[in-house]
Amino acid sequence: MNLLVPRRQVTTYDEVTARIKRKRLLMTWGVTTLAVAILSVWLMPLAYAGVTSLKTRSQVADAPILPTEIATFEFEDRKYEVFEVPFDDGDRELALVTRGRETSEFVDPSDPEAGLITWEGRWRTLEPVRSLSLAWGNYPEAWELINFPRLLFWTTFYATVTLFGAVISSAFVAYGFSRFRFRGRGVLFMVLMATIILPPAVTQVPSYAFFSWIGWTGTWLPLIVPQFFANAYNVFLLRQYFFTIPTEMEQAAAVDGAGALRTFFYVILPQSVPALTAVSLFHFFFAWNDFFGPLIYLVSNRDIQPISIGLTFFSGVYDSEPQLIMAASFITLAIPLVIFFFAQRVFIQGIVITGVDK
Amino acid sequence: MATTMVKPAGWGRLRLDRTRPKRQEIGPLERRRARAGLLFISPWLVGFLLFYLLPMVASAFFSTLSFQLATPDEAEFIGLGNWQRALFNDPNVWRAWIVTLRFAVINLPIGLVVAFGFALLLNSDYLRSRNLFRTLFYAPSVVPFIASTLIFSQILNSQTGWVNRLISFLFGIDATGVDGIRWLDNPTLIPLTYTFIGIWGLGNAILINLAGLQGVPTALYESASIDGAGWWRRMWHITVPMVSPVIFYNLVLGLVGLLQYFLQPFVLNGTSGYPQGATNFYMIYFYKQAFQFAQMGYGATLAWILFFVALAITIVVFGTARSWVYYSAEQT
Repeated sequence: MNLLVPRRQVTTYDEVTARIKRKRLLMTWGVTTLAVAILSVWLMPLAYAGVTSLKTRSQVADAPILPTEIATFEFEDRKYEVFEVPFDDGDRELALVTRGRETSEFVDPSDPEAGLITWEGRWRTLEPVRSLSLAWGNYPEAWELINFPRLLFWTTFYATVTLFGAVISSAFVAYGFSRFRFRGRGVLFMVLMATIILPPAVTQVPSYAFFSWIGWTGTWLPLIVPQFFANAYNVFLLRQYFFTIPTEMEQAAAVDGAGALRTFFYVILPQSVPALTAVSLFHFFFAWNDFFGPLIYLVSNRDIQPISIGLTFFSGVYDSEPQLIMAASFITLAIPLVIFFFAQRVFIQGIVITGVDK
Repeated sequence: MATTMVKPAGWGRLRLDRTRPKRQEIGPLERRRARAGLLFISPWLVGFLLFYLLPMVASAFFSTLSFQLATPDEAEFIGLGNWQRALFNDPNVWRAWIVTLRFAVINLPIGLVVAFGFALLLNSDYLRSRNLFRTLFYAPSVVPFIASTLIFSQILNSQTGWVNRLISFLFGIDATGVDGIRWLDNPTLIPLTYTFIGIWGLGNAILINLAGLQGVPTALYESASIDGAGWWRRMWHITVPMVSPVIFYNLVLGLVGLLQYFLQPFVLNGTSGYPQGATNFYMIYFYKQAFQFAQMGYGATLAWILFFVALAITIVVFGTARSWVYYSAEQT
């Protein structure tokens, strides 16, 4: 029979391209939708923090998801709660005036002149009408309570001072490792890299004993001074970048009689602005996050603590005020986040260089 | 002279050079360059001596002392007493290691898989406006740890947190009540809870994975497709081996970081170890001994134990690398 013979499918070029196009479109939709779904879960905590920071204390426990209050209507000098009341011709939002077991009396907020409306049924089964009420006051309250300006000042102070120290010293060291031959260079560079895996704890105890002996505990000095002696991450990234700068310029500078220092300042540094920016950003975020050092050295001096430590103690004391903690967290994350959105390209490239070229 | 016969030409020349005095081997210009190089790296050299080498030597010395910071005059040499105490007589050390390693064993695989999965998604050719997605997925990584820890602890709050509310809503069970899922209070859940709390920190791992994926030559996929390999096979036999160096890098950095896990448990529970010691991580115990009790000798010993454990684990991981990390010829 005719049916048993497989019919030869005639496929034209146009049909094939159409099919491929359709498949592509479908996949694009699928993958992009998946990404949106995952992203919304990924960023959900941000939304949570934002929403919770605008709740009142009782709303944190009671209100579902959004900060809402039960709507009220003022009628004859008294406040009445508004409910969703079902009628045969649809739901109406009415304020409950007299509560009865089987019948209750309501008033229509949009037309109070009409007088009381009687409704048969149990008012306890009714859903209250909620309206959004945002407690913006949490922000100034948290700001005052934690003394945010002071925390911000010290965090920024630490970040900027050490940024200069760490970036400039690292640039020097990276240049030394990338352009000069000297004995033991390879070994020294290995040692420098090995400090990345060395747990800081190993050096912390005697350093602490020493700094406490010379009276530096309770000040920023033990945290700032060591930053001026370069660090492995920055040196690695900058060295990697210096390798990509052609040496011809330096040779030309040398022919013109420039010494190594002059070459470094006038030839190398101006060409390394992207790498220097990336390293600076990394350092800024590092300083903003730095925790263990500030904790051990500044625990005794509340007046100069950074955000990370100040917020830790604040969250311990105001444990029962989640909305204030969330407001404070939101202020804390805003600055790094804004900086990131302005400088994301440089930043992301820097991470990729350190991660992949190793 | 007698041994030069069988050696390649280069060796002979080397011998010849050696007969000259060493100083003339490098000219005055090169010597000046070498000195300049040392000057350039001198900030690090000085810093290394002052803030690494010297403290390390001192730390080793401290570990042989009974030394309270408050009473430095009473410090006395006790030999290996601290070591004996930490390794044999102090059960808290072992408990802290169990807590820390159990956390690492749960946290690391989840972190590696999630980071790799996100990177795959962000590398997909089918994804529209990829750069926007990449930026948005990375953005939470710049949120300071202190803020993300506080936010996640709220979101995991058993009564008011969105996680339990969502579970209740989706599965129709009451996850928010007394018998609900108590993320922060149940000692068995703690490793998982703290993995959640740190999940935003994966941004760097995602980006590095992404860069690794972009480095896989497309020709490999094309030829595999022609040979009839499906998506799953291409994934296992091309993608995963090709990005294995990146996974290895993330694994090593992740391990070293997890052994020193401190901020999150400290912010949420201080040094209490709540619940039932489940957050008594090794660094918490170290902090308590060294800086709360100011026991410099015992603290230094604990720090050295951390160092040796980290070293041992790193060596083991590097040892296994040969069997599963792929390095293409030109990379070596």
